[in-house]
Amino acid sequence: MTSKRAESGAASPLVELTLARLRLFLREPEAMFWTFVFPILMSVAMAVAFPSGGAMRVLVGIAPGQVASPLGRALASTSGLVVKEVAATDELRALREGEVHLMIVPGNPPTYRYDETRDESRLAKFVVDDVLKRLAGRVDPWTASEDRVRVAGSRYVDWLIPGLVGMTIMGTGMWGLGFSIVQARMQHLLKRLMASPMRKRDYLLAQLVARLAFLAPEVVVPLGFGILVLGVPFNGSVLALASVSIIGALAFGALGLLAASRARTIEAISGIMNVIMLPMWVLSGVFFSSANFPEVAQPFIRLLPLTALVDALRSVVLDGASLSMQASRLMILAGWTVVPFALAVKFFKWR
Amino acid sequence: MANAPALCCEGLVKRYGSVLAVDGLSLTVNRGECFGLLGPNGAGKTTTIEILEGLLDPDAGRVEVLGLTWASHERELRQRLGIQLQETQLSEKLSVRETLRMFRAFYDEGRTVDELLALVDLGSKADSWVGKLSGGQKQRLALACALAGNPDIIFLDEPTTGLDPQSRRQLWDLLSRFRTGGGTILLTTHYMDEAELLCDRVAIVDSGHVIALDTPQALIAQLGAPRVVTHQGTLEDVFVSLTGRHLRDE
Repeated sequence: MTSKRAESGAASPLVELTLARLRLFLREPEAMFWTFVFPILMSVAMAVAFPSGGAMRVLVGIAPGQVASPLGRALASTSGLVVKEVAATDELRALREGEVHLMIVPGNPPTYRYDETRDESRLAKFVVDDVLKRLAGRVDPWTASEDRVRVAGSRYVDWLIPGLVGMTIMGTGMWGLGFSIVQARMQHLLKRLMASPMRKRDYLLAQLVARLAFLAPEVVVPLGFGILVLGVPFNGSVLALASVSIIGALAFGALGLLAASRARTIEAISGIMNVIMLPMWVLSGVFFSSANFPEVAQPFIRLLPLTALVDALRSVVLDGASLSMQASRLMILAGWTVVPFALAVKFFKWR
Repeated sequence: MANAPALCCEGLVKRYGSVLAVDGLSLTVNRGECFGLLGPNGAGKTTTIEILEGLLDPDAGRVEVLGLTWASHERELRQRLGIQLQETQLSEKLSVRETLRMFRAFYDEGRTVDELLALVDLGSKADSWVGKLSGGQKQRLALACALAGNPDIIFLDEPTTGLDPQSRRQLWDLLSRFRTGGGTILLTTHYMDEAELLCDRVAIVDSGHVIALDTPQALIAQLGAPRVVTHQGTLEDVFVSLTGRHLRDE
């Protein structure tokens, strides 16, 4: 009747706990969607929003009936410039919603109506000003010869894709671990496990290990899509990419464990997750460079795990950086793994 | 320590805020005995059994399990006890076999997964998801998880609540077989017939302390209930006479 574990049909506790977590994940359609389908949809959206090679178009508004005027024709014949007729009563709305970047109010000289805090509007002003002054007979003292080069990896989309990969690693790690643990706590499964000889550390480690199993598609799908479809360059080594992804996933897994260490309801864990993740979505430079924030904030921003992960991913993908070149970022991520994991083990509520 | 009682507690007290859930409760369970904690909902049965299981710390009092204390021998005790909690929902999307494999993995020694499946008669359901099981099958699986490490003592908190009569009898059979193998059982219940049939001794608990403790037969005899063919005295009568309430009163 009595047999050792080796002959019992069960593997080691860590293996069995990891397998259980993986099985539950694979049997949860919603989790599968967020992990595998969402990154693809996100990438497709990127492809639509950033058609390859497209420089930004300048959208200029003129009064109705002006399109056929010399001014309208001169503008329309300028490449990269789109002319729209906008009624005077509709101007402000059109500017606000980005339908046009600049309005030309006829007159002698004409008036440019635009929002100077918007980059695209300032660009429109220079383009329009150039066209209109030439039309008025300006003679340029000289014309510079232009040497147009395309630096691979300099487009916004090149910069954005590694950021999105980092954001996905953060989201999957935190939501995936957080929800499953709170659910296990709600159904008193954690308490039942505590009544067995299971080691707490094995349970928490199993959650982290299982989380790594789904890391590869999360990174490869959006990045591969970016490389193959959007022409994002890949200058780094696969090994460096894998290492950065793994340590990033461990850091956010550990943070997910800590976030879920005491929460008892889905509402509570959702709130905690948002408090942790929202600042990083804004500060860590996923969608726009964190250099936009004041100098005093920079040391703090650099210490955030998402900043370290996104910067490390960009360096690997775009600059071909080796691991040793970003030791400090990896150290930051390692710190965000070890400290939250230790705290989670200490504060975890099993009941 | 080999001769120590299976379970022994003295003067247990547990407060939840201003509510005194357990109020100076003491009892001893001998080895090989089936002991029942009987009482209405809110009497302190679950709090008591969870203190004995080492899942709750009492505010006062002393607990010894197999002669050992939770503070000094938690790991050893966990290997030697089997526990079924009242409210646990096992993961619905794991199969019966996967669930048992996980629980079996926690114990250094014990039955094989196949033996456990056969023991609780779930061999034909081995590959079904837990969510697809009937109430009785789920309780048998929970019992199998408790038996995975060949425990000396099993703790069962309302093991048959909500089960149909046939499932209850099936579970009673399993518990009787565990007794035959020399195991000790501590269970809570508010079913009188269950306590009369299974338990060597019962403690009737009300408002956090023991108000009567004896064999079911002695308790019924002390009551002096009329033993005529149409109405035999039951533990239900004992409880009503002791507390003035019915056991199922909420």
